[in-house]
Amino acid sequence: MSGPQGIGAPVKRKEDRRFLLGKGQYTDDILLPNQTYAVFVRSQHAHAKINKIDATAAKAVPGVLAVLTGDDVAAAQLGGIPCGWLVKSKDGSNMVEPPHPALVQGTARHVGDPIVMVVADSKAAAKAAAALVEIDYDVLPAAGRLADAIKPGAPVVWPDAKNNVCFDWHIGDPAATDAAFKKAAHVVELELSNNRVAPNAMEPRAANGSYDGANDHFTLYTTSQNPHLTRLLLAAFTLHVPEHKLRIIAPDVGGGFGSKIFHYAEELLVLWASKRIGRPVKWTSDRSEAFISDAHGRDHLSKAQLALDANHKFLGLRVHTYANMGAYLSTFAPAVPTYLYATLLSGPYDFPAIYAEVKAVFTNTVAVDAYRGAGRPEASYLLERLVSHAARQLKIDPIELRRKNLIKTDQFPYQTQVALQYDIGDYQSTLDMALEAIDYKGFPARRKATEAKGKLRGIGISTYIEACGIAPSALVGALGARAGLYEAATVRVHPTGSVTVMTGTHSHGQGHETAFAQLINERLGVAIENVEIVHGDTDRIPFGMGTYGSRSLAVGGSAIYKAVDKIVDKGKKIAAHLLEANVSDIEFKDGNYRVVGTDRVKAFGEVAFAAYVPHNYPIDSVEPGLEENAFYDPKNFTFPGGTHLVEVEIDPETGVVEVADVAIADDVGVIVNPMIVDGQAHGGLAQGIGQALFEEAIYDEAGQLVNGSFLNYVMPRAADLPNFKVGNHVTACTHNPIGVKGVGEVGAIGVPPAVINAVLDALAPLGVTDISMPATPEKVWRAIQQAKGA
Amino acid sequence: MKDFEFHRPSTLAEAVALMKHKPDAKLLSGGQSLLPVLKLELAEPSDLISLAGIKELTDIRADGDKVAIGALVTHAQVHESAVVRKLVPALAGLAGWIGDAQVRNRGTIGGSIAHADPAADYPAALVALGATIATDRRKIAADDFFKGLFETALERDEIVTAVHVPAAKRAAYEKFAHRASKFAVVGVMVAETSAGVRVAVTGAAPSVFRVPAMEAALAKSFAPEAIAGITVPADDLMSDTEASAAYRAHLVGVMAKRAVQSALR
Repeated sequence: MSGPQGIGAPVKRKEDRRFLLGKGQYTDDILLPNQTYAVFVRSQHAHAKINKIDATAAKAVPGVLAVLTGDDVAAAQLGGIPCGWLVKSKDGSNMVEPPHPALVQGTARHVGDPIVMVVADSKAAAKAAAALVEIDYDVLPAAGRLADAIKPGAPVVWPDAKNNVCFDWHIGDPAATDAAFKKAAHVVELELSNNRVAPNAMEPRAANGSYDGANDHFTLYTTSQNPHLTRLLLAAFTLHVPEHKLRIIAPDVGGGFGSKIFHYAEELLVLWASKRIGRPVKWTSDRSEAFISDAHGRDHLSKAQLALDANHKFLGLRVHTYANMGAYLSTFAPAVPTYLYATLLSGPYDFPAIYAEVKAVFTNTVAVDAYRGAGRPEASYLLERLVSHAARQLKIDPIELRRKNLIKTDQFPYQTQVALQYDIGDYQSTLDMALEAIDYKGFPARRKATEAKGKLRGIGISTYIEACGIAPSALVGALGARAGLYEAATVRVHPTGSVTVMTGTHSHGQGHETAFAQLINERLGVAIENVEIVHGDTDRIPFGMGTYGSRSLAVGGSAIYKAVDKIVDKGKKIAAHLLEANVSDIEFKDGNYRVVGTDRVKAFGEVAFAAYVPHNYPIDSVEPGLEENAFYDPKNFTFPGGTHLVEVEIDPETGVVEVADVAIADDVGVIVNPMIVDGQAHGGLAQGIGQALFEEAIYDEAGQLVNGSFLNYVMPRAADLPNFKVGNHVTACTHNPIGVKGVGEVGAIGVPPAVINAVLDALAPLGVTDISMPATPEKVWRAIQQAKGA
Repeated sequence: MKDFEFHRPSTLAEAVALMKHKPDAKLLSGGQSLLPVLKLELAEPSDLISLAGIKELTDIRADGDKVAIGALVTHAQVHESAVVRKLVPALAGLAGWIGDAQVRNRGTIGGSIAHADPAADYPAALVALGATIATDRRKIAADDFFKGLFETALERDEIVTAVHVPAAKRAAYEKFAHRASKFAVVGVMVAETSAGVRVAVTGAAPSVFRVPAMEAALAKSFAPEAIAGITVPADDLMSDTEASAAYRAHLVGVMAKRAVQSALR
């Protein structure tokens, strides 16, 4: 550990003060002068032609200022909501990219599709008017679920998408994989699903748009993880206003988990409406509205096959996946089940051959896009279920099967068969660490004790890897991304020595205001109380791509480091002048510039002051001021990995699964703030266990979301979870200056298969061999009955 | 939520008069069921009549071998009451299992039973214990009170004033809670009183029901083995995404058995 506030220090978070005092400034808190309010009328049908919209009664409600429809949007020539990633099919053709107007034009394609926007001078008036809008629908057959949409003769979501297929993509070597399977001593197969979940960030989405007629300038407050990306999409694709006339502010945001990355129609519509009526327009989602308008996550159906030789070494992996896109392509959606999923299918294992095919499918449901883990949980779930299934089928120990196949520490950098090259890792150490932490050896005794109580006990493992710190721009560009994925930082040293860092990342729970300040403390010796981290306002920060994919420290932090490098170098020149020495004789250490081998020193603060009051200063060769910009484009993804172990106790009479213990060991690279790292691990574990046991966004055949409220969408709660045992083993990332990998998503990625493997371990003596997520009490009970032959 | 007139009568007589003369009024006690109904605009009352100021509705007192619980007594108060714990501990236990701490601090026994949510906990207790519901105009036996889904024997303007619960020789409540709403998916109270053995089930069907076969078996032998194998048909039971009718039917047997085990401890 470097110092009490530097890298490795568990410093309490600076931003928590305002959050705990209730003084956060969230988008809904913001009240602009002459504020008006928008309420949306959304489709109640999954697929329906809109014959007529009668707004007469709505318009007559006192306080109503506008009732806007898709026709108004078309007349204003607003652009459709774009998709930011182009994926091509096997045959080279582009994915089917359906139009996505901000308000429905002609046909509604999912429950929640926005049809009418009502703007009024009070939310009550807007709601009252919205209730009076009459819509005449012709209800059409709907493809409500992925399993239905892929059947021959299924209802058609988009005429251009034959069999509802958006694209048919693949990766890997089919010939090598076929050959591997031909010579295999064992082949193990598994069909599995990855359940659809609703993101349910604590803060619902909101957007407050305003237009300044005097200066012809727009401002948008929005719950976004990436204000510059939103601004780019608004400027280039939807609002058609040049970027310098558009200010986007993402203030305090109460959780995103991916759902607040995307450019949503409401953002465009409040801006457009605010110019139209001449007053700011604010929309805040209800929770039940959020269930049918926030992008959902996951929703895969897969078949997987594993080929092993006689010694149980993996020879090959074959995967076929159907991935639900929903009715429209959200910003990142095509990338999630392809480049963020299939490229992870080697996992932490040495696989000589892999071939994966992914068919993306449209359904009449809300769009599906990135959600904590975004593709990597789907990959680790498939692999870790398959490997444990293989162990059980072949009657070998699931730990030993993994040990035999884990990539060894001397094999790095390791080139996988699915494009990615892992820089460094140590999967054996995290495996040993987690086994120790859960007291794996003591499990048989614990199982006996549980059985004496009439219950079942199981232990499940997941050894996972993930790819984050996104991403090298040229690489993702070649894969179809329509944007770069670098980061930007401006480090501004003030004359009296305090520092402001402007970053293109965005903190919506991650603690950047503290962790990034710790980076400055580490490098420049400035106390974190004297470091301000600015993010979220496109007027104040350089162009950055925001926060998702566990990129902020790896990419954003590295940009900060590069800017600091420039600061330190400039400071050396100033210090050399002040100390009357050669620049080459100046070293910067512990906050001081020193002439090497002497005790002649200038503190960083003195150098900073001199830069702004350049009286005794190398003015002919060095400009005044001490402020530097840097942009950082990562050379590769980063590759956190580790082992997650879960122990469960099951009541066979009711099927209730209790999570008795969770022990994880992750390698997330260098740790800047261990307290924040633990917090991220805990949050990810809660969401991962949530997906494994509790959560599912359930659509029926007709495309109705049957559990779109907290009365029947089951969220994990603190009382449902044990105290987590979290450990870390560090192998520093080799290609960024801090050595960090990223931790935000590892919990959600690693733990779901460990939970299900534990459930199956507990139920194995009863003859149960498979169960799907979420393993609800009824599902577990039915699996037991079925195995009994009841 | 639509506009309404708000009244705060200080006596029961005032409340009765208001209800009589305002046909679209609704009574407000803890608001834990009514306010969500208003927010979802499932009801649009012209007037809300708050019973909060009426002191005579807030007492818990022992009345021989019964406990009389005022309609405005909260679930938290029932749970913590020394009188209830002494006379009918199973009822105190059940009250502590309702919702969560916030709901228990506001929700009332009168409000809850008048609402007659199929998944509420009290109906099982009141039927199993043979309780009597007192209103402003009569007394109604629990067996006659709960009629159907959100339906009771109460007249439009009738006000629950108290619940009289007799002590039991032994009684216990076991609840399988919905993991999202914390309502009862299946809640079973088994009670042996001077009137015999009763088994009452809430959560599984549109309204609370008794299981005569289990009652008869337990009357012969009050032991968990006595009811092993006695099942209830799934046909009339409710189904949702968390629990199908068949699963609920199964849980009735499990919770009944566990309630007997608890009662024997």
